[in-house]
Amino acid sequence: MTKAGSGPIKTAGPLWVNAEITYKCPLHCVFCYNPLNYASTFESELSTEQWLKAFREARALGAVQLGISGGEPLMRKDAEVLVAEASRMGYYVNLLTSGIGLTEERIAAFKEGGLGQIQLSFQDSTKEMNDFLSSTKTFDLKLKVARLIKQYDYPMVLNVVLHRLNIDHIEQILEMAEAMEADHVELANSQYYAWALKNREYLMPSREQIRKAEEVTERFRKRLGKKMKLYFIMPDYYSDRPKACMNGWGSVFLNIAPDGLALPCHEARMLPGLEFPNVRDHDVRWIWNESRAFSLYRGDSWMQEPCRSCDEKEKDFGGCRCQAFMLTGDATHADPVCSKSRHHHLITEQVALAQQSRAAADEVRPLLFYRDDKTSRLLEAAETSSALDEHA
Amino acid sequence: MSLPTDKSLVLEKQFRFQWEAAQDSYVLLYPEGLIRLPGSSGEIMKRIDGKVTAEDIVRELEEAYPGVDLKQDVIDFLEVAHDKGWIRTD
Repeated sequence: MTKAGSGPIKTAGPLWVNAEITYKCPLHCVFCYNPLNYASTFESELSTEQWLKAFREARALGAVQLGISGGEPLMRKDAEVLVAEASRMGYYVNLLTSGIGLTEERIAAFKEGGLGQIQLSFQDSTKEMNDFLSSTKTFDLKLKVARLIKQYDYPMVLNVVLHRLNIDHIEQILEMAEAMEADHVELANSQYYAWALKNREYLMPSREQIRKAEEVTERFRKRLGKKMKLYFIMPDYYSDRPKACMNGWGSVFLNIAPDGLALPCHEARMLPGLEFPNVRDHDVRWIWNESRAFSLYRGDSWMQEPCRSCDEKEKDFGGCRCQAFMLTGDATHADPVCSKSRHHHLITEQVALAQQSRAAADEVRPLLFYRDDKTSRLLEAAETSSALDEHA
Repeated sequence: MSLPTDKSLVLEKQFRFQWEAAQDSYVLLYPEGLIRLPGSSGEIMKRIDGKVTAEDIVRELEEAYPGVDLKQDVIDFLEVAHDKGWIRTD
């Protein structure tokens, strides 16, 4: 008799597909991990049929989990069709939403279509802070949505991004989660990519802030036990070993951007010298098995020292390629979060900076980069002109 | 914990059970996860339809595999499945 769940999971193809069906979003979160130039995809979003073709191809390779995310996926009117068709194909479908646009009519259609779970993201519990962080008045609406999710018999999965400007409100955040009857709460500290990297110095919490937040979390955990499961995720800058990013490049995860670009992670688009394939032009099988972009950082032959001879390389795969590139300028370097990296000082310097006392939230506000379409276009224009300068 | 053997067994609502060719196995899918159920664990799980009881499953399997005493294995597996929150009794 084989023991329950004892067989190792086979991972020849992707297991998890994340479909970023649009980068349009009514929120303007300062920690957004969508690319800075996200607005450039607005005119080239995949059609419903193109999405379904990519889903079928990935499913044929053995993908079982599908994330429907964004931007705000509810900005697309065909979200219900995508969910229902994907569910029929045999995917377990997860909807990642801010809840804006989630009416009772839509949630009923998702349920009918076989949607497996809804993850609701929440910025903060204090209305002012919530409006400040997202720049729209979304708080009451989110409470309403939370009730709808329960009413349709889904578990209430809350995702809260923590950072310097909201982490001190953790008690209120958790009280609110409890009032919403949340079943799972992910308290994920902001990771510093894209918009969050732009705003890094204002978003990174101090060690003391994290300690207090963990203390409060532990108190709720003790009191609520299984009733509300709490996951506290540290910023990786406070670690001395990198995260096993995506469980390895091209290992289990396939991200498809709104314009059809197939990526090994959410952030890879900005890596230079890599031409990422598009699901419009290629079968997912070719993309996964044959394309240079997906094979480049597979395995460990690309590694430099200290990763190459490191006895932990099977565990963390050298960390995150994007973080290595963003901070050191070379994606084949060790993720500088690792204390063995000669670039680790780039991390510890930022951490040291975060321990200093800083201006209050209302003073910081005008200094932040808000994720909005105008800023996205400006940043892209700035990037293009600096690239032109380099060529001149 | 002891699972009643005369009550109908129900798959918990967050789980989806299906055959996966790529895994060459039955699997349970749940939010962001996959559990492989190879061999007899899959054979047991696929019989859970909201109506059958543990006793029914034992009877069915003993008919399918005559001469093999499966009872304790089936009960053990169902207790694990119950403890892990994959199934409940109605």
